[in-house]
Formats: sequence, structure tokens, C-alpha cells
Amino acid sequence: MSLPNYTSWNYRIWHYTYLTICGLVFFFLIAPLFIILPLSFNAEQYIHFSAKMLALDPEGFSLRWYEDMIYGTKNPWGLAAKNSIIIAFFATIGSTILGTVAALGLSSRHMPYKAAFMALLISPMIVPLIISGTAIFFFMAKVGLAATHTGIVLAHIILGTPFVVITVTATLTGFDHSVTRAAASLGSNPVNTFMKITLPLILPGVISGALFAFVTSFDEVVVVLFLAGLETTTIPIQMWVGLREQLSPTIMAVATCLIIMSTLILVSAELLRRRSERLRGINR
Amino acid sequence: MSTEQILSSDGVPLEISLKKAERRNKIKAMLLVAPLFLFLLITYVFPIGDMLFRSVDDRMITKMLPNTFTEIEKWDGKDLPDEPVYAALYKDLSYLKKNKTYGKIIARLNYEKGGFSSLIKKTVRKINKFEEGNYKEQFIEVHKRWGQIEYMGALKNASPNWSYAKYLKGVDLKFDQERNIIQQPEDRRIHKILWLRTLKVAFWVTIFCFILAYPISYLLATLPMKYSNLLMICVLLPFWTSLLVRTSSWMVLLQQQGPINDLIVMLGLAANDARPELMYNVIGTFVAMTQILLPFMVLPLYSVMKTISPSLMRAGKSLGGTPFVAFRKIYFPLTVPGIGAGSLLVFILAIGYYITPALVGGASGSLISNTIAYHMKSSLDWSFAAALGTMLLVGVLTIFWIYNKLVGVDNIKLG
Repeated sequence: MSLPNYTSWNYRIWHYTYLTICGLVFFFLIAPLFIILPLSFNAEQYIHFSAKMLALDPEGFSLRWYEDMIYGTKNPWGLAAKNSIIIAFFATIGSTILGTVAALGLSSRHMPYKAAFMALLISPMIVPLIISGTAIFFFMAKVGLAATHTGIVLAHIILGTPFVVITVTATLTGFDHSVTRAAASLGSNPVNTFMKITLPLILPGVISGALFAFVTSFDEVVVVLFLAGLETTTIPIQMWVGLREQLSPTIMAVATCLIIMSTLILVSAELLRRRSERLRGINR
Repeated sequence: MSTEQILSSDGVPLEISLKKAERRNKIKAMLLVAPLFLFLLITYVFPIGDMLFRSVDDRMITKMLPNTFTEIEKWDGKDLPDEPVYAALYKDLSYLKKNKTYGKIIARLNYEKGGFSSLIKKTVRKINKFEEGNYKEQFIEVHKRWGQIEYMGALKNASPNWSYAKYLKGVDLKFDQERNIIQQPEDRRIHKILWLRTLKVAFWVTIFCFILAYPISYLLATLPMKYSNLLMICVLLPFWTSLLVRTSSWMVLLQQQGPINDLIVMLGLAANDARPELMYNVIGTFVAMTQILLPFMVLPLYSVMKTISPSLMRAGKSLGGTPFVAFRKIYFPLTVPGIGAGSLLVFILAIGYYITPALVGGASGSLISNTIAYHMKSSLDWSFAAALGTMLLVGVLTIFWIYNKLVGVDNIKLG
């Protein structure tokens, strides 16, 4: 940003100091993520930069930790990845359906006690995970679902729905209800109206809520720590176990894969948000 | 004036017809919310209620020592109890020995007072040799602790069905043998420190987040869209990245041979063989949590600042205010709702944080959540874990309630 030339020296100094401060804060936010990338290509078994790496010598880099992640004999990552994907998939479907339907009800102007219901429905997001984990564990143990996929999927539906409720309710504010009335007056039944009119319009919100639910499930570790058994281990559990023992380059490789995944999700979420704003006619 | 009623097409007065339609809409809306509401009620709200219940429920031991507790209720707690108490104890313990279920009461009584473990084990071993009558003497002969008033007092304290003793323990208090509330012995007062540390960490993390978030939110809100979208990625990428990945990157950075320590040595702030400990203490918890929670402060601040028209500041300046005065009197007050929303959100999340303190906090940087997890998974004192959890929950829900009053939960925005 260039400053107009009438600005005083004082102001200039202040302005550039301010920009420097902002730069440092952005650096603080983003830099820690990038320390992981080079270390995952380390040829040695340590989690710091070797002399060869600093000299950019190709010998200092290798893909051995990625090989170890995929083909390593004792490595649980394959099973963990399979479990994580299965659990996140079903949890996403569950929370998206429940959350979207509830959001439709919550945004209706006829809904009584709206604020109270809303507060209750998003409480799993607010209550500390350790408490949710404890409570859900006692429940699942009682009904015999501890250490099963079903139990973990149900727990992740609980944790994922608040995000869907929030994003879909946000999309529904400013939703023009006259289009659904128009459909009804033309003889469409409510289900048909929802599928053909409402859903396409709120779809960006629904998908971005689903992305949140997916990430929540894929990244969730506290509740799973209580619920998981040997056969139901997930990627976060394995990372947690690995990090508690010692930092290994294999974990850096897994972390790199996760960063790439979150970048992809971020990009799709951003694109969806813009599309949603365009669809709803919000111009910025 | 004629009071002719307006009728709808089917002859029903319009008012009634409208009310009917309204009621139908209301039911429709409630039916839509119902599936999720019932699902959460069964799998989430009731289990949390069950957890609260568990924290005061002390019936297990009452069921196992029924005779003893009926007798000991009659004891005034001043001198050693009389023969009937010991006779009842003999009856209960020999029954438990026959069924081999005395393991549970050992654990339970040991929470009440250390030393019960060996006491019960030794007594149960010898209980078959007891002779009819004069049980009091025989018990004291097996183990002298049966003749000590502290142990009998502890036994009496365990007798009520419902007890809030776990809550007292959560703030370093306990019952003495006359059921007065007293402080725990000095070396066992650990929970008050823990609560204070949790509040302190949550408070300072909120302050740091605010200090760091305010300038960049302002920049993001005032820059032209094409730059600010790019910078927004710096905020959103960490927000979308796995918590464990972010914590592990801090473990890499803060370790003894890590880049930050390298930098400190290079700048000559510390000798190479005396690298400061940046991890496994409260410093690690502070730094990592501030970075991890920062997006939760930036996003609400940004969305509030975005709505403030820049012409307000220009108006302030044109009316003779210096930029500083214009900022303090016009801009800052307008951002207060965003500050409130962000701070409460960060504080709520920080106060219950578990993963990051557990990995980078070590013993001196662990928070109340870590203690709850410890009692759930290691010491297996589930009712104490439930009591600590309930105390934390009450705190968080109070803040959530304030948040709801000030900001409104329907105003939470994500990304």
C-alpha cells in the first residue's frame, strides 16, 4: 500500500511499523505449519535440519518416511486411515442430514423458543471435549457400543452437527421464502419443493457444513481416545500415540499429508462460500 | 359499526383459520428440529446428566457393607464404636470374602483414607479364623488400625448414599471424622493450584490472542479484497488444519535442538550447552495455545470490523480529532462486540483444552482437563473425574450463557 505524499513522517513511521507488526503476526500464524514440510523429507532419523539439508544437498532429502508410512510393516497407518475415512464418511452423512433438517426448522419464523433450542443444539461445540468424551464414553459403555465403529460414528455425529446447523442457518438467513411458496402454489409437494428448489439454493451452505463435520470427525482425538479399541484406531489416535512416545519423521510425513488435505478442504470451502454469496445475491 | 366477521373461502372465520395455519407451521418447524433434538437428548444431554449423577452417587459401597453402615450411623464418632458395629463388619466382610468381591471397597475406602488397602486385605485373609462373639477385640488384634478412631471415622464418612465429598476434594477440602469441612493436608492441596493455573492460562491466552488479532483483523478488514483474500488464507489454513499437526509443529519448534533454540544460541542469548527449556512447561502451553486459538479471535473481529464504514474515521479526523483520538473514540467502541465475541470464544475453548497441554505442557503446564483425563484413564476414580468435569462444565456454561446474552448464539460465524 502506498501512502499519499502529504502524509507526515510520523505517520509514515507508524504506518510501516504497523505493517511490520502485522507481518510478524501472519508469520507466527502460518510459519509453524511449514516447518513440517521439509522435515518430512529428511534423509536422517532426526527431527532437525541436517547440515546436508541446510546446504540443499539432494542427498539430505529422501522419501523414505513416506515409504515407511505406507509400507512399514509395524505401521498402523493403513488401518488407521481406513478407519478414519469410514468413520468420517458416515459421521459426515449423519450430521449433515440431521443438522440440515434441524436448521430448516430453526430458521422457520414459526419456531418457538428458537434461541433455547439453538443453544442446546450447538452445545456440543462449546462444552469442553474432555467432558463430552467422558459423558459419551459412559453412555456408549452402557449400551455396548464402546470400541465399535458405530459408537465412534455416533459420537462424531454429535460433535459435527453444530457446525452444519450453524452454516446452514447462516445460509438460510436471507433465503427468499416466496420461491418455495411459488412452488407450492404451482402444485409441488413439500418434499419435491425441498429437493428441487430449497436444496439447490442452500447447497453451498450444506456442503460447507459437511466439510466442517468431516474435518471435525477426521481430526477428533479426545472423544476417540475414550472410545477407540485396537481395531478402531484412527489417524489422530496414532498421531497422539506417536507424539507421546517421540517425534518421528514418519509422523512428519503423515502431518504433511494432513496439511495438503486441509489446504484442499480450505480451497473448496472458500469457493463454496463465494458461490453461496453469489447465489444469495450478496455483493461485497 | 357492524362486527361482521371476515370468512375464509371454506366459511371458517379468518382469525381461526389463520391460527390453525400458524399452529400447523409451528408443529412443522418443531418436527424438523425434533430428530436432532431427540438424538442429542439421548446420546448427549442425558449422558451428561448421568455424569453429574455419578459424581454424587456413592451407593456402591453402601450396598456392599449394608449392616456395617446401619450400625455405624448410630455411632456418635467420639469414642471407638461398640461391639455391634464390629459384629456387623464381620458379617459384611465374611460375605464379601465368600463372593470374592471385596476388591471394589478397597479402592473406594482408600480414596477416603490411605491405609485401608492393607487393612482390609489383612482382615479378609484372617476372617475365617474369627470366633463367635467379642469381634471388636479380634478385629483390633488382626490390625491395630481397627482400634484407631480416624479409620472408623473414615468408614462412617463413606456411609451416606449420596455425597458431595468429591466436589470438596476438587477444591482441596475434605470431611474430618466429625463431618466438619476442613482443608486437605498441605502436601495434597493440588487442585486449587490447577484451577488457578487453568484460569490464568485461559485468561492470558485470551489477552495475547486479542493483542495479536486486533491489528491483523484491522488490516484484513481495510485492505482491498484481492490482498485481504490472500492474507485470509494465513488465518484460515491453520484453522482448517488438524490440531495434532499444529501441536506437533510446535513440538518441533520448541524442542531443545529445535530452530527456536538454535536462534537463541545464535543470537548469544544462551550458551549451547544451556539451552532453555521451552517445552514441557507452561511456556509451551502458552505459546502453542495462543497460535492455535488465534483464528477464533480474528474471525469474529474481522466480521465486525468489516461492517464499520471507513468514512466514520474520516469524519472524526475532519472534525479535528487526531488519528489516535478518532480511533479511541469512534473505531474502538464499534469493535467492542467483536472483541467480546472473540474473547469469550477463545476463553471457553482455552479453559477446556486438553491435547495441546498434554503434549507440550509437561507436568507444570497441564490444565484441569488433563487431570480429568488422568482420573478417567489412570487412577480410575471416575466419580472424581465426573465431579471435576461438572465443575468445569458449570463454569463453561456460565460463560456460554453470558456469550448468548451478549452476542447471541445465532450470530456465531464460521470462516
